[in-house]
Amino acid sequence: MENQAKDEKGKFDKENHGLSLLMYRENILDLYKYPHNFGSLNQATHSHREFNALCGDDITIKLIINNKDNKIENIKFQGSGCAISMASASLLTDEIKGKTLKEIETIDKDKILNMLQIPISSVRLRCALLCLDALKGALK
Amino acid sequence: MKQHFPIFENNPELVYLDSAATTQKPKQVIDAITSFYEKENANIHRGLYGLSIEATKKYEEARKIIADFINADENEIIFTSGTTHAINMLVYTIDSLTWTEKGKGKNEIVLSEMEHHSNLVPWQQLAKHFGYKLKFIPITDNFELDHNKAREIITDKTAILSITHTSNALGTINNAKELINLAKQKNPDVITIVDAAQSVPHIKIDVKELDCDFLAFSGHKLYGPMGIGILYGKKEVLDKLRPFHFGGDMIKSVTLEASEFQPVPNRFEAGTQNIASVIALGEAIRFINRIGLSKIQDHEKQLKKYALTKLKTIKNIDIYHSSNTDNTSSIISFNLKGIHSHDLASLLNDYNIAIRAGHHCCMPLMSALNITGTARISFGIYNTKEDIDKLCDALIKIQEVFNK
Ligand SMILES: Cc1ncc(COP(=O)(O)O)c(C=O)c1O
Repeated sequence: MENQAKDEKGKFDKENHGLSLLMYRENILDLYKYPHNFGSLNQATHSHREFNALCGDDITIKLIINNKDNKIENIKFQGSGCAISMASASLLTDEIKGKTLKEIETIDKDKILNMLQIPISSVRLRCALLCLDALKGALK
Repeated sequence: MKQHFPIFENNPELVYLDSAATTQKPKQVIDAITSFYEKENANIHRGLYGLSIEATKKYEEARKIIADFINADENEIIFTSGTTHAINMLVYTIDSLTWTEKGKGKNEIVLSEMEHHSNLVPWQQLAKHFGYKLKFIPITDNFELDHNKAREIITDKTAILSITHTSNALGTINNAKELINLAKQKNPDVITIVDAAQSVPHIKIDVKELDCDFLAFSGHKLYGPMGIGILYGKKEVLDKLRPFHFGGDMIKSVTLEASEFQPVPNRFEAGTQNIASVIALGEAIRFINRIGLSKIQDHEKQLKKYALTKLKTIKNIDIYHSSNTDNTSSIISFNLKGIHSHDLASLLNDYNIAIRAGHHCCMPLMSALNITGTARISFGIYNTKEDIDKLCDALIKIQEVFNK
């Protein structure tokens, strides 16, 4: 990913924000300003808070899982953090809502990076994956 | 000035605003390291041949230059790997000074709310193992230490006072002298320590005037190499301090049963030291002396003024800097509303602008300020007004993208 970021960098016009446009594509910024599935869930069956002390990013994921069909009936997240952590939490919660636990088993780092569709440098990886850690914690 | 620093030749676009993390290195310092390994490499204090004698001489010359720089005596300068190492070494052995008959009942360690983790976490450990109580001098709304509160917090039970001279997160220069005096009035046997990692590179330090027992700083923030730092200790205090490490070089004589140690400072430098870096740090101080610390200070002061004025014209900016700018260093922390400092630093990187973002190893300070982090810029002698112009232009553009 880092190499990719470097390669892409050369192609972009610095004056035109260079990599920043790529890294913070408009939909990422939109999700930061208007996150999806943001808020609390009263009747959550599962929840977990994950904290990234380094950045101060802080995400709590709450889910309602139907114990008959193991389907995620609803999911919300709350917290604060950088654009990358907030956007990836929006994308992840969108992605898994309505799916069964079986269906989301395969969600991993690559899946998250794919959803974000922007190059994430190694130092920002933890931001992108915080929501996944929160989800895994909740499902444990 | 940039021409003295090869990093700028190799990265011509670089706007480096992170000297508080580490300064760039002048060619003269890099050359000193290369030259040592290419022409003079030998271990010190051991060989009886020319190279070793020469290496020993240069090593001790560097000690003298460093001592003069802070108005200490040569035998009060102990080489460490950095500030963190220096403070830790002290924490491991300070009981030999404080855990004494006289020290009975004196069970408080006083620090401040704006300490770097390296002047906090080690003391937490000491407190845990010896049952000391940690107390903290709070900060005022103007990002300074509250000396009125300090007068209550420091008591006759204060065994140790360890204070940062300049805050790496806020740039505030603390009145360490007054706090040290205060502590000594309350307990004449108190051990006082100054974390000078951020002050030694920028303001004239006189350990005799400060009257501290110990003072720690890092070479790499002082235009010197990484992996070398200094623990200054007052001679009569060092004489009572137990050595940190035992082994070669620190002994006078050894039998199978027992050993006699060298006098200070050698008894605190066991094993082969980072000789090349010591010599290069001496060279870094020669470099500073040639320019003149007061000239460096003036330059940085002007930059700081310029930057503060210019930053204040940016909309939706929060600046965490004392209004008493005579008592601040060239470090400015800020946040743009609605933009996480890490996003800001990542985006500035695209403009080749290097800044630090986050909690700056001061998580308790961030909590006290009720924030999770800041964007921080800090200057060195190579920075220019143009660097600040580029930063401000970029900040405005980033704001436009974010607020679109
Ligand atoms: C105030 C302060 N104290 C201590 C340190 C630790 O220095 P080092 O990492 O060189 O040991 C730093 C470095 O950031 C600092 O700014």
